Formats: sequence, structure tokens, C-alpha cells
Amino acid sequence: MDKYIEKALKGDRLAIGRLLTYIERDPRRAGEILKSLPRNDDYHVIGVTGITGSGKSTLLSQLLTSYSNKGLRCAVVAIDPSSSFSRGALLGDRIRMQMHATNPNIFIRSVATRGLKGGLSFAGVAMVDVFGRLGYDKVFVESIGVGQADVDIMGIADTILVVTVPGLGDDIQALKAGVMEIGDIYIINKVDKDPGEASKTFEYLKFAIESGELGHNTWVPKIVKTSAVLGKGVDELVNIIDEHLEYLRETGKYGEKRSLRSRILVRLLAEKIVSDRMDGLELPSEYDDVYIEAKKLLKKILEDIDE
Amino acid sequence: MFGMTTTVTKRYKVLVAKLGLDGHDRGAKVVARALKDAGFEVIYTGIRQTPEQVVEAAIQEDVDVIGVSILSGAHMTLMARLMELLKEYGADDIPVFLGGTIPIPDLPKLYEMGIRDIFLPGTSLNTIIEKVFEAAKERRSKSRY
Repeated sequence: MDKYIEKALKGDRLAIGRLLTYIERDPRRAGEILKSLPRNDDYHVIGVTGITGSGKSTLLSQLLTSYSNKGLRCAVVAIDPSSSFSRGALLGDRIRMQMHATNPNIFIRSVATRGLKGGLSFAGVAMVDVFGRLGYDKVFVESIGVGQADVDIMGIADTILVVTVPGLGDDIQALKAGVMEIGDIYIINKVDKDPGEASKTFEYLKFAIESGELGHNTWVPKIVKTSAVLGKGVDELVNIIDEHLEYLRETGKYGEKRSLRSRILVRLLAEKIVSDRMDGLELPSEYDDVYIEAKKLLKKILEDIDE
Repeated sequence: MFGMTTTVTKRYKVLVAKLGLDGHDRGAKVVARALKDAGFEVIYTGIRQTPEQVVEAAIQEDVDVIGVSILSGAHMTLMARLMELLKEYGADDIPVFLGGTIPIPDLPKLYEMGIRDIFLPGTSLNTIIEKVFEAAKERRSKSRY
């Protein structure tokens, strides 16, 4: 493992890939890996969420082009859902970004949700941390993008991009309580398909922001119209992302986000340890007092962890 | 009352790739879908990939198996390059499968390159799933990490 750490710090992509596998498979080693990598607080985590088919991966691919052209190192954690039936997964986000596969400054890793609601797993968040420590400047998290559960992504990203498409007026209403209230930047993608509808969607979002329905704290969410396939609006988007980073730094929110991410990581791991062990335990098929049985179970797990 | 067993989460990752200049990816997609339904985590790279792109994707994703589909006839050149790159990167512990329209006389040379198995037209999905599973299991048990 140590040789991989050494190589990973030099940018060796095979070594990085294998370290990430340790992180996925073995929480104890994940701890050791994070510990032995230098602490780095200076990296920007960008969450990309939004409805299925809105063009998140294609847009992300454009952002990768932009940032890597500026000489920045970019990493992507692309989350896709696992099937509830077979537990398998088709991780397809990479297809839209595969043109960057051979760019030494870009690293893309796909992660399956493995049954976790909201898609946020310990491994996914730990990977973000690893990329930061390895010196990646921009770490993107592309989420599965299914409504309310996706609010989870808010906790770990510094800047949140919510991607939508024109012509979903009523759906935007429906989504408002979930994913539509977490964005720092709202993106109306695929505007080339229906410019008229795009303007309507723009006005709707603008009204929602101005009336105070959207947004949290002192940052007023921005709206950008893009056509990711044609590369339109991407420069404007990059400028606004940078503006948001500036805002986070000036207001001290950058540090707050970091602490929040640490808290989430520790909690996710604690939950993972308990639920992993629980899977291996024989549960009582009868109970006198269910609360006491549950406590016994937890005690047993704790004893086992100490070993 | 409590029987403690270690839980091992075995979720195998497979890369399915179309190598070279042919866009006929129905076969690759059918295989990708079947592997997913069998419980694999499948990463599909899309069409018209170079050996470099496939190897990069494989190491960044750290997959347990690589499955390549070629229908263009360029398999000798492309597969030789792919296998060479895997060695160069130190990733030759990842087993490679090839599927597609491969003439029988070419098979011995392809096997010599280190390709684990070649699926010719007519191979059942069950056979593919079994062989991929076997190879993934083996790689995990032998892996250096």
C-alpha cells in the first residue's frame, strides 16, 4: 500500500486507482490512506446534480476542458445508481467524458450507490478527500440526480450546480422543495432545443430567486443558459463558478464547508461500520424487549470493533 | 446467540469497451446489460476508443476485468497495442476478454498475446457471464493489494 501512496503523490494514475479501491473495500485502510496523505484545504469541490437526462455529464465534460486548459488538475467522482434487483450497475457517466481519459491532469472514477439512498457513501466522500490531498484543484461530484434525496450532496460540495432543461415548468414546482432549493448556480441546459421555452424557464427561476423562494444565506443564486453539446454558455458558467468560490473565501464559508465535510465523513464511516457488522450478525428471531435486544446487538458490535 | 462472520463485499467491476473505428455497439451493449443484470458493476466507455483510452479508463476505475468488442477486422493491431500498454502500465493483472467477428486462424496469435478468452458470434450470454465471473474472482484473490 505504501508504494501506491508514494506513487499516487507523484500523479501515477494506476496507483491512484488502486488506492481508491482500498478506500471502497476496507474502511480501516481508508483511514490509514487518508492519514498518510498530506492535508490539503485548498481544493474546490463542485457538486453537479439535476434531473436525469439534463446533460450533467456532457456539461461536466465541458468544464473539464475549460479548467484543464487553464492548467488546473481535475478529478471526477461520478455516482450512478445500483440496481435494486441484481445489485449490479451500469456506470455510464464516463462515456460523455471519455475524451479526457488520456489527459494526465484529469482523473475520473465511477462509483455505484450500492443501495444507499441519496447516493452518498463513505467511499464517495472519502474519494473526494483523497483527490484533494493528492493536489487536484477541482473535484467534481456528479450525483445520480433524482430529486429530494440528492440534497445530501449539499453537505459535501462547496459549490452546487443544479442542471435542468427547458419546458419543465410544472416539474420545477414539484422539485422546488428538494433539489431545486440547494443550487448555488442553476443551469438551464439544452437551450438550443427550444430557445423560447428556455427563456420561460429562465424567467420562472429568476422570479423564484428574487422572491426569496430559492437560495440560502447571502449568496444570490445565479442562472446560466447553456448548450453543453455546442459548448455554449460554458465560459459564462466557469466565471460564475469562480465568482462563487471567491464568495466562499471572502465570507469564511469555505472553512465551514470543510468542517461540515469532515463531520459527514466520520458519521458515514461510523454508520458503515455498524451496518457492515450488522450484516454478519445472527439476529434473534424472538424478543421480550426489542429495545434491549437492539442494545445487545450494538454492544456486541462495539466489542468486536475493539479487537 | 450471535454468530460473527466477516462480511466481504464482493462487487466486481468490469470495463466494456469498443476498440477502434467501428460504431456497431449493439453487441457490446447487450453484454454490458447482461453483466449488470448478473450483478457486476459495468463501466461502458462508448464507441471508437483507442487502446490508450481503454487502458486509462481501466486503471482509473481499477476494474477487475476488461471486455473488448471489435467488429472492424483490426483486432490484431488493436489488441496487440492494448496488451502491450497494460504491461507498460503494470496493469497486466487485469484479465482481458475479446468478443466479435474474429476469424478462426487469428485465434492462436491472439491467445499468445495473453488474451484470456475470445467470444465468437453465437456465444451465449451465460457463458460470458460465467467466464467473466471466474476471471474476476481469480484476479481479486491473486491481486497484490
